Amino acid sequence: MKDAQAFGWLILAFPLLGTLLISLGWRALPGRAAGWIGTLAIFAAFASAVGAFLALDGLGEEEKAVTATAFTYAASGGFEVELGILVDPLSVFMSLVVAGVSALIHLYSVAYMASDRGYVRYFAYLNFFVFSMLLLVLAGNLVLLIVGWAFVGAASYLLISFWYRRSTATYAGMKAFVINVVGDVGLVIAAFLLFDQVGVLDWAGVFEGAREEFATNDGTLVAACLLLLVGAFAKSAQLPLHTWLADAMEGPTPVSALIHAATMVTAGVYLIARAHPLFELAPAAADVSAIIGIATVLFAASVALVVTDLKRIIAYSTISQIGYMVVGVSVFAYGAGLFHLMTHAFFKALLFMAAGSVISAMGGIQDIDKMGGFRRAMPFTFAAFTVGALALAGFPLLSGFFSKDEIIAFTFNRGGAYAVIGVLAYVAAALTAFYAFRMVFRVFSGEPVAEARELEQGHLAHHDPANPMTGEPEDNDVGFPGAEHHIAEREWPMKVAMGVLGVLSVVGGAVGIPELTDALERFLEPTFADSAYIHDHPSASAELIGLVVGGVIAIAGIAAAWALYVRRPGTTLALRDRLPALHGFLAHKWYFDELYDALFVRPAATFGRLGRTVIESAFVQGLIVGGATGIVRAGTQFARAIQSGYLRAYALLLVIGLCAIALYFLLASS
Amino acid sequence: MDIVWFLVLSALIFCIGVAGVLTRRNPLVVLLCLELMLNAGNLALIAFSRMHGVLDGHVFALVVMVVAACEVVVGLGLIVAMYRRRIPIDVDELSELRG
Repeated sequence: MKDAQAFGWLILAFPLLGTLLISLGWRALPGRAAGWIGTLAIFAAFASAVGAFLALDGLGEEEKAVTATAFTYAASGGFEVELGILVDPLSVFMSLVVAGVSALIHLYSVAYMASDRGYVRYFAYLNFFVFSMLLLVLAGNLVLLIVGWAFVGAASYLLISFWYRRSTATYAGMKAFVINVVGDVGLVIAAFLLFDQVGVLDWAGVFEGAREEFATNDGTLVAACLLLLVGAFAKSAQLPLHTWLADAMEGPTPVSALIHAATMVTAGVYLIARAHPLFELAPAAADVSAIIGIATVLFAASVALVVTDLKRIIAYSTISQIGYMVVGVSVFAYGAGLFHLMTHAFFKALLFMAAGSVISAMGGIQDIDKMGGFRRAMPFTFAAFTVGALALAGFPLLSGFFSKDEIIAFTFNRGGAYAVIGVLAYVAAALTAFYAFRMVFRVFSGEPVAEARELEQGHLAHHDPANPMTGEPEDNDVGFPGAEHHIAEREWPMKVAMGVLGVLSVVGGAVGIPELTDALERFLEPTFADSAYIHDHPSASAELIGLVVGGVIAIAGIAAAWALYVRRPGTTLALRDRLPALHGFLAHKWYFDELYDALFVRPAATFGRLGRTVIESAFVQGLIVGGATGIVRAGTQFARAIQSGYLRAYALLLVIGLCAIALYFLLASS
Repeated sequence: MDIVWFLVLSALIFCIGVAGVLTRRNPLVVLLCLELMLNAGNLALIAFSRMHGVLDGHVFALVVMVVAACEVVVGLGLIVAMYRRRIPIDVDELSELRG
């Protein structure tokens, strides 16, 4: 009990300490010191999370929801908010995943970002992000959750716009921030609706109150759940709030791995899992969530087929995979959804790290049309990328294989219309395997490009620094990427981080093999013990059939990619020329950006211009500001005219005044 | 004698003083004209004192004389100081207060 509380606070304390140390001591930190301090802080947080895990393990089944309060944050009338954390299997699981993957990404960044002029700033932001994320998952009440939620959004903004002199990066940061704020507003209103009905804010109280207060599918509760989903979908980049995630790839690659693949974007999944009693009371909202989830899975997978920017392919893959998790937690298969969250964190962070290494070898170029043949030049990166892609594709016995098929098995188990979701999920799984190996084959096989040949000779390719999206020339000064590039083959911290994640991507599925090791599900059970669906488990034979089908689909997808990209390399180009409309539709990401531009951005910009020209310059500047200064100026002009400085003028004024007073009394007396 | 004559004389002297203060540029003359104004006041005070047959007006006149003496001391001191510092002895030149 006490141990769990202490470890819970320690999980938060270390990243906060790291942030403060790095940001306050930035001047005194030489070389890579900031990176090592940051890495150490996150490893310490991970150790604390392990401590919390062990402490929780020692408690009885009923006691596994330990709360700890530092102090009462605000109290007025019936409203009371405590700065409190909740340490239960779900939050400890999330802390382990977040802190563990973040620690490895910090380690990777120590080397990857080494030549960047913003090195210290980078690690201060990174530690702040991890602190915010851990605050989010450990928050014991809705208010603290919102605080963590907003901090995470701010950290994400700072890190996306990390290269702040690159215009595309600053725009991407703004876009991410605005869309995240849309989600924040939804979350805040949802919290308000719940508080209005229930009167408390801590999780246990909200759930208990909701069970007493609401009937199944009560209107208010469904509204609150849908608003929670707005928050969750904005953070987790689900339709229709997904557009920011692809642009967020403007940030440094380790940031993409940390925030936009492994941790932050899973916050929405965590929120749905955390608020599961509400969603079980409002199954209508859960169904909406499942439908949007599967739509996102298919949408993002289809876009990932045609995008040519290496990081953006992985970003769309992330959107798609989070869709799977959302489907999982929305059909009340919490264990399966969170299992996929964990394995996805492993293999997606690994894929991003390998992609970062490839991009470095390309001297900053991200377009896969310009890559090829890196297999011999970068054997370690090739191996890591392939392991990540295999796990993503769901190749038999790798981590993604078990977690993805677990979700699909649960959707079939719910029966009825949910089976449609399951079938669509299998379709998307085939697409996933295809685009995963599209990357592998396009980047690593085929004729080596000039950069790959140079690397085989032992030289790292070097181009004039330029924006990979627009081609604008840049320099290496602060606010732009650093001068040197770093690849995994030459930097041991990158190698270690990728190696560990590679091993986890392979064996990570072992904690959730159906019927054999349901370790994860058993560990999470106390959190979800109140769920009506906890024992609604697919049968062993259904799971086995699901695994076989999933495995066959994954291999078929990989084989298709091999046939199209290795055996007959020109096929896809011919296909693109045959179906220009379809390719254009997918390459423009289903025209979502264009739609939002027409619907929101342009009207807002027009309104802003109108405000600037009419309201601001004519009304405010002209009338209010101009009027006020005009009055003051006229008054002072008069006062200035009197102050001639001549003694006799003052004397004359005195005399006139005196005469006026005398005249007044004369007239008054008569 | 009717008090009106005293008051008319007093008013005349006062007006001469005011005119001098307003028009002359030499501070010494301005000071002299100020004295004229004060003494016009004194004359009126003493005239009223006689009319009412009480001594209060005399006392006031004596107080005004003391004040006038003090004022002359300060005023002349200032003029001498200005002279010593080679500042032109002209009140129109001292117009630093102009807004």
